[in-house]
Amino acid sequence: MTYDAGNYDVIVIGAGHAGCEAAIASAKRGAKTLMLTLNLDMVAFMPCNPSVGGPAKGVVVREIDALGGVMGKVIDKTYIQMRMLNTGKGPAVRALRAQADKPLYIQEMKNILENQENLTLRQGMVEKLIVEDGECKGVITETKAAYRAKSVIITTGTFMRGRVIIGDLSYESGPNNQRASVKLSEHLEELGFDLVRFKTGTPPRVNSHTVDYSKTEIQPGDERPSHFSYETKEAILDQIPCWLTYTNEFTHKIIDDNLGLSAMYSGMIKGTGPRYCPSIEDKVVRFHDKPRHQIFLEPEGRDTEEVYVQGLSTSLPEFVQRDMLRTIPGLEEAEIMRAGYAIEYDSVVPTQLWPTLEVKNIPGLFTAGQINGTSGYEEAAGQGLIAGVNAAASALDIEKLILDRSQAYIGVLIDDLVTKGTNEPYRLLTSRAEYRLLLRHDNADIRLTDTGYKLGLISEERYQSYTEKNQQVEKEKKRLEKVVLKPADELQEMITNNGGTPLKDAVKAADLLKRPEMTYELVAQFTPAEATLDPEVKEQVEIQIKYQGYIDKSNQQVDKMKKMEDKKIPDNIDYDAIGGLATEARQKLKEVRPLSVGQASRISGVNPADVSILLVYIEQGKIAKVE
Amino acid sequence: MDTDTIAAISTPIGEGAIAIVRLSGEEAVAITSELFDGKELKEVESHTIHYGKIIDPETNEVAEEVMVTVMRGPKTFTREDVVEINCHGGLASVNRLLNIVLSKGARLAEPGEFTKRAFLNGRIDLSQAEAVMDLIRAKTDKAMNVALKQMDGRLSKLIQKLRQELLETVAHVEVNIDYPEYDDVEEMSHDMMMTKTKEVYKEIERLLQMAQQGKILREGLATAIIGRPNVGKSSLLNALVHENKAIVTDIPGTTRDVIEEYVNVRGVPLRLVDTAGIRETEDIVEKIGVEKSRQVLKESDLVLLLLNYGEELTEEDINLFKAVEGLEVIVIVNKTDLEQKIDLDQVKELAKDHGLVTTTLVEEKGIDELESAIADTFFAGELDAGDLTYISNVRHIQLLKQSLTALEEAMNGMEQGMPIDLVQIDVTRTWELLGEIVGDTVHESLIDQLFSQFCLGK
Repeated sequence: MTYDAGNYDVIVIGAGHAGCEAAIASAKRGAKTLMLTLNLDMVAFMPCNPSVGGPAKGVVVREIDALGGVMGKVIDKTYIQMRMLNTGKGPAVRALRAQADKPLYIQEMKNILENQENLTLRQGMVEKLIVEDGECKGVITETKAAYRAKSVIITTGTFMRGRVIIGDLSYESGPNNQRASVKLSEHLEELGFDLVRFKTGTPPRVNSHTVDYSKTEIQPGDERPSHFSYETKEAILDQIPCWLTYTNEFTHKIIDDNLGLSAMYSGMIKGTGPRYCPSIEDKVVRFHDKPRHQIFLEPEGRDTEEVYVQGLSTSLPEFVQRDMLRTIPGLEEAEIMRAGYAIEYDSVVPTQLWPTLEVKNIPGLFTAGQINGTSGYEEAAGQGLIAGVNAAASALDIEKLILDRSQAYIGVLIDDLVTKGTNEPYRLLTSRAEYRLLLRHDNADIRLTDTGYKLGLISEERYQSYTEKNQQVEKEKKRLEKVVLKPADELQEMITNNGGTPLKDAVKAADLLKRPEMTYELVAQFTPAEATLDPEVKEQVEIQIKYQGYIDKSNQQVDKMKKMEDKKIPDNIDYDAIGGLATEARQKLKEVRPLSVGQASRISGVNPADVSILLVYIEQGKIAKVE
Repeated sequence: MDTDTIAAISTPIGEGAIAIVRLSGEEAVAITSELFDGKELKEVESHTIHYGKIIDPETNEVAEEVMVTVMRGPKTFTREDVVEINCHGGLASVNRLLNIVLSKGARLAEPGEFTKRAFLNGRIDLSQAEAVMDLIRAKTDKAMNVALKQMDGRLSKLIQKLRQELLETVAHVEVNIDYPEYDDVEEMSHDMMMTKTKEVYKEIERLLQMAQQGKILREGLATAIIGRPNVGKSSLLNALVHENKAIVTDIPGTTRDVIEEYVNVRGVPLRLVDTAGIRETEDIVEKIGVEKSRQVLKESDLVLLLLNYGEELTEEDINLFKAVEGLEVIVIVNKTDLEQKIDLDQVKELAKDHGLVTTTLVEEKGIDELESAIADTFFAGELDAGDLTYISNVRHIQLLKQSLTALEEAMNGMEQGMPIDLVQIDVTRTWELLGEIVGDTVHESLIDQLFSQFCLGK
């Protein structure tokens, strides 16, 4: 017997990184939102590495921030170290990464959730969905509370039929010994969901007091930390370093000798693990000639002594983990506080979703985060935001949001998932983005603030400050395109001092800036801007002028892509009625049900001839209507 | 729909005295006009035909004498502006013409694309839609099959090798980007990238030169017909060409016509060397000796060696066999209408593994067998799409040229000191273009390469 526990517009199941963004985006759009989680002390918990950002992922955090999400703000308030990566490379691949204070991150996020208008937090384990007439109408918890809602978002991460494995020990569990969610997973299967088994893992944590850091290399943060959120103004200067050490032949011998005891190799683990985040036993087996592997020692926070042994993810028995640590410089005496483990879990085959992250076969139901076969806090958060925006849209009948591959890494991520699916836990890489020069860390606000504002996710104040910045950038660019610099002695001296060849004739300031050795600051000395410009404005002007050629080229490709994206496929299309489609293409098209010809062309197994045939078929329908 | 201008050869290749290159799209008239020495085509009336010359923009020389028909949309097959350039029917002429047009900005039409455009622009009615889809399917499958089947094995291997090198380079850059702390690999420098780019550039340039020298698929096999005087060389030529272009008499040395002929023998394009050449080859061994004539004949992809059934083998015949050692040869014993004097066992011994056919060319007997022998020699089996062979090859040339452009842009970027991750965009583009030649454009393989080449963790 259930009891009526209330009515909502949107219910979010889970309060991990996807759940938090989903709930806040939904509430911000004005939907009355309920968030249900197993344990309210564990919202936005980081069960794996204590860091946020990195290549591609860091850009996702910026995108989330530009769309009014919270991950960037929370990490900016709780980092113990901040580093800009790839500073020696081009602007497209610069990426920010923070080391997080895990307990503080939880606290800060919980505080935001508790104070978010329209959002209710409640502890509870969901066991069933209420599905009526094929549509999702709410949830039922194990305490028999029935909550009704117009949309439901599942963000259960690795909890669904989670199973932790250490050596030959294996038990039902979510990450970090939390309760696994078994009934919900079974329920989804009953509803006809296609589920797959994935696996991931985590390394042991050791006590900082027992680490000899003198045998390791220090990895400090940036002297002047940058930030994820466009709203962050104050930096945390008191940073804590990480430390680098290495495995060696002794470590590898212990692994070799005990390989049979590893759950990965004994056959106990059936799930597919990610190639980009292999366990140490995997690394040693696959790259046997490599004499050493990097191990990063990362503090889990300011007020804890736990240290995360990055690079030593493993499912070997606890005593082997201890023996391994003893061979590693600096960790000889290290005491394990928590052992490393592998975790297997159910995830949803993501081709069952529309690009809005709504489930195709159950309107009103959305899934986001690791349940969709991804890995990583940032990938989860990005999906959560999109699901939150669209669940609210569906509940309130307002505008939906689908980001395309040229707008955001989040767009690349979701398009990959729903169009191609994934056969291992999916991680974003810069190489997955064909327009990565356009998807930069520095221009996330230019790409997405307008969208965020229109959807009601961005405050008026924030929008004003963005508009102002953008106007300054445009104005300064135009100015530099006009100003002509004469080859005066001082200018020539500056150029030669910076390793350039002197000017032959007068030159436009913008053209001078295009030279590799020039920066905005150097050029502006000879033609100062009228107003004092923000460093972010200067950076933007410099990047846009310097890399204009490449940016233009990317934009041309995007235009081509957009033409195909604009060819919409009617939702009532009958692929069986189209003669000439190859069998494989027909089957894939029926499964994925792409929204546009562009999306269809990215499905593996759909070749150019099939795309042509599809185009002709769609046009035929249009002609038929006219006649 | 697509607004770019497409071009293709719209007549069967190597069959017929006239061939047509057809262009369709907004730029059809402008592109032709730029190449055309004659009336200003932009100003002529629609549906008119004009005599003139096509100038090769690379050399500024006259490439072809042509007749050009200008037809402005919408009263055309595709409802777009259409230009048809009529030229001589030889493979080389029409091929060259198409390449010139493509170099000026037209894109090689996909299989069935003219028809597709006609349909999408409303030119073909609904009842034909099904047929259009069938046509696209059929033509595309055929073109792909033929392209893959006929691509020279060595070419394919070479391209795969270049792609692998590029892929490793790209993966190297990617690992630097996605795993900046990964210390097992040095940072890809401009110098390293430049060296690799130049290597690949050279290789592609070489490939392109080979293609342009007129190797097998593009211009046809250079085919020499040799034999003693009056053994029937001109008759053979005529039989293959199905036309009386050369003069045939019983008097030795009366072959006067100086032409090159292109014929399509069961899908194998042959370029028959000029008849004057035949005249010279008949005296060749006598005049310059076996070694020297070997040098001359070395340029041939195929030699048709004729013997006289009605005469005994002579010293000259034996020398011809010596001169063609190591070349692709088909031995033809002609004039079986005469009384046998030739020792066929000896001929078989001399012919070794080469094809051996007997004919009576004046009565057109044995031609079928000869044509099969030619086809067998090169495709070891049947092949029925001679025109597609050739078109897919034009596509290859276009892709190779685009690859060179992409690599040039990569090199320019490096010279301008652009960051390596930007330079890499053009290198990746090259990898994709080469992939189109060998029919492999799956982007996933980069990520696979990344994880197989490097041991990545963080």
